[in-house]
Amino acid sequence: MTLLSVRDLTVHHGQLRAVDGVSLSVDEGEVLAIIGANGAGKSTLLRALAGLNAPSSGTVELAGRDITRMPAHRRVVAGVALVPEGRRLFRSLTVEENLLAGAYRGRPGPWTMAAVLELFPWMAERRGQNAGQLSGGEQQAVAIGRALLSNPDLLLIDELSLGLAPVVVRRIYEVLPGIVGAGTTALIVEQDVSQAMRVADRVHCLLEGRSVLQGRPAELTGERVEHAYFGIGAAEPAQEGRH
Amino acid sequence: MGWVNAVVQGLLLGGLYALFATGLSLMFGVMRIVNLAHGDLAVVASFLALALVSGTGLPLWVVIVVTVPLFAALGYLTQRVLLQRSLSSGPLATLLVTFGLSIVLQNVLLEVFSADTRTLDAGAFATGSFEVSGAVSVGYLSLTTFLLACAALAGIQLFLSRTGLGRMLRASSDDPETANLMGADSRHVYGIATVIAFATVALAGLMFAIRSSFDPAIGPSRLIFAFEAVVIGGLGSLWGTLLGGMVLGVTQSVSAQVDPALTLLAGHLIFLAVLAFRPQGLLAGRTA
Repeated sequence: MTLLSVRDLTVHHGQLRAVDGVSLSVDEGEVLAIIGANGAGKSTLLRALAGLNAPSSGTVELAGRDITRMPAHRRVVAGVALVPEGRRLFRSLTVEENLLAGAYRGRPGPWTMAAVLELFPWMAERRGQNAGQLSGGEQQAVAIGRALLSNPDLLLIDELSLGLAPVVVRRIYEVLPGIVGAGTTALIVEQDVSQAMRVADRVHCLLEGRSVLQGRPAELTGERVEHAYFGIGAAEPAQEGRH
Repeated sequence: MGWVNAVVQGLLLGGLYALFATGLSLMFGVMRIVNLAHGDLAVVASFLALALVSGTGLPLWVVIVVTVPLFAALGYLTQRVLLQRSLSSGPLATLLVTFGLSIVLQNVLLEVFSADTRTLDAGAFATGSFEVSGAVSVGYLSLTTFLLACAALAGIQLFLSRTGLGRMLRASSDDPETANLMGADSRHVYGIATVIAFATVALAGLMFAIRSSFDPAIGPSRLIFAFEAVVIGGLGSLWGTLLGGMVLGVTQSVSAQVDPALTLLAGHLIFLAVLAFRPQGLLAGRTA
């Protein structure tokens, strides 16, 4: 079943058309990776899905319900959680308080404090520490745990690997199957194409705000992805409709 | 009065300054609003209590118990209909709105209550005291005020650290957009911050009104004490505000021992010294 359906979404960033008529859909229990170069509109797309940036036109539906104009705090109740770019932990709060902040609305679901601590066992003994003292990878883990505690149906992760060491990134990606296995659908923005191809069921490539390529990693050749990513030659227009 | 007594009186007075300053600090910490009407709000609470006492004949403590929650409710309303609208237009707009509010409040009070100087009469309670030792005697009112202030600060601290909504207040202070992503409606969070600010400023205003006289124009000169307590203690820390209030209170009371005319000047000088040598405040923290 389709969980998220985005149609002709256009989002302006000041004068700039950061997202230009993008359509995509994500099925329940699927991992969709959005790839694209810097400034392709990936983060703006995710922020619009979380309700932080208002779209100029187009629609966003979550499980058949139109949420295009819904403010961010109500989307949390509807089942959308965003792990924002740069982690954005609350710096004066402890690790535990950051996690609890995610549980603020008390949406029911599989994710409890105990479940998150099981996913990231190191957090248990550092729960009292200030979030600002953690390393980048640890902060990313707390940000993911915080988002999970809101028990989202749709988990949006922006720039998961940005600024993190490869070994840290691998360790964070190791928990993704567990998250999806618990019934959460994930939409991740990833600059590292090979990483995205490994973990995603489908990838979707943006170029200058437009959708230029989409498909399953197994069906896409490296060359096609590269051309779409950098906008070399006449990249095929995105396939409308479902694969 | 001996020196020890002066210090004790200063510490007790400091509790009241801290209670008075808490709301100012909280509104700035959570919403980045510098509330220039803060002092006038304390005066409005005093006049409200005065009107209730003379209008209903209820005892003063009942009036205080009624006025504080009434003011808290007024705070939520003020935030939602007045301040929230100005927040999106930037910090200068909120400064202008609270400045305007200050002037409006002063003039409304002047119109309704005239320029006469008043006090809230608490009878023997306001003047009575007990002797701790030969040199130190403590007024019932000063001690009650101090204990109320400490209880209020401890209550706020518990609320901020133990409850989900309190955590969201601190989270909003760090990063309002990400607090939105946690499902916090910033308008409601800001409303709650204003509720706490209004409740504490009302309580402090009533205590000021029992201690000393007030008139419609005294708000701004009270406001400066709140600013000084906040800045001396360190912005964003409740216990810093308590410390700042105490430093201010002790300075005023000890310098009054030297020469009563020095009282206010000495407090301002300490404030300037902190600004010059330790601008982050004595306890630079971000717990609230």
